[in-house]
Amino acid sequence: MTQDELQALTVNKSVDARGTACPGPLLEAKKAIGTIGSGEIMEVLSADEGTKRDIPKWANKKGHEYLGTVEDSGYFKIYLKKG
Amino acid sequence: MESIEQSIKELQQKVASLEKGTEDQLSMVVFSGDLDKLLAALIIATGATAMDMKVKLFFTFWATTALCDKTKKVKNKDFMSKLFGLVLPKGTSKLKLSKMNMGGIGTSMLKSLMKKKNVASLDELFKTAAELGVEINVCEMSMDLMGIKKEELIDYPNLNICGVATFLIDAEESKIQLFI
Repeated sequence: MTQDELQALTVNKSVDARGTACPGPLLEAKKAIGTIGSGEIMEVLSADEGTKRDIPKWANKKGHEYLGTVEDSGYFKIYLKKG
Repeated sequence: MESIEQSIKELQQKVASLEKGTEDQLSMVVFSGDLDKLLAALIIATGATAMDMKVKLFFTFWATTALCDKTKKVKNKDFMSKLFGLVLPKGTSKLKLSKMNMGGIGTSMLKSLMKKKNVASLDELFKTAAELGVEINVCEMSMDLMGIKKEELIDYPNLNICGVATFLIDAEESKIQLFI
């Protein structure tokens, strides 16, 4: 997905994990994905550079679709579709 | 016919033995009583739960001292246990870095840096691990050697006292085994 497409997504759940470091964002993402239904979109906000690589790997293992990452000022917005 | 039955039986046994060790489980020996190494152990353990892995930690030797609750006091300890108690750190707040401790300056610098960078403290990680169902098994022999009594251990929902067999069985069933 392009950056514009990612920005335009309707997000069903947003997780702000900017206040935590590894493994905080991953644990918060795991908790939050349980609250949405299959096919719904979740965004994870993280200031942790490692999360950008971790979340896609985790999503792949758990059968969720990683849509892409948008870089904002000082943090990342990571988009997932629940499998 | 009989030979077919026999080979089916053999195959079933082989499959059963292959299935062992394929469980989505992480077993870790936590041996070190160093703050940095314990942080790494707990970060890996809590991270693994996000992968829906079952996590079992086997605390032995120096790591057992980290599980002591310093507010809990036990009476009637023998002389050697008391002596050990005097020199060993008791609880997470007394732990030091494995490197660059510099008489405690390094450790307190790291702690303040962790706070600044929103890295969870060891106590917070233990709390998270408890919430996520991470199992802690404590080596009975180590506790005995270090003079640590059961009553001194932290309040943790999934904590058992056991021996090496528990670890070996857990490790055998696990996809990942680590020693820290």
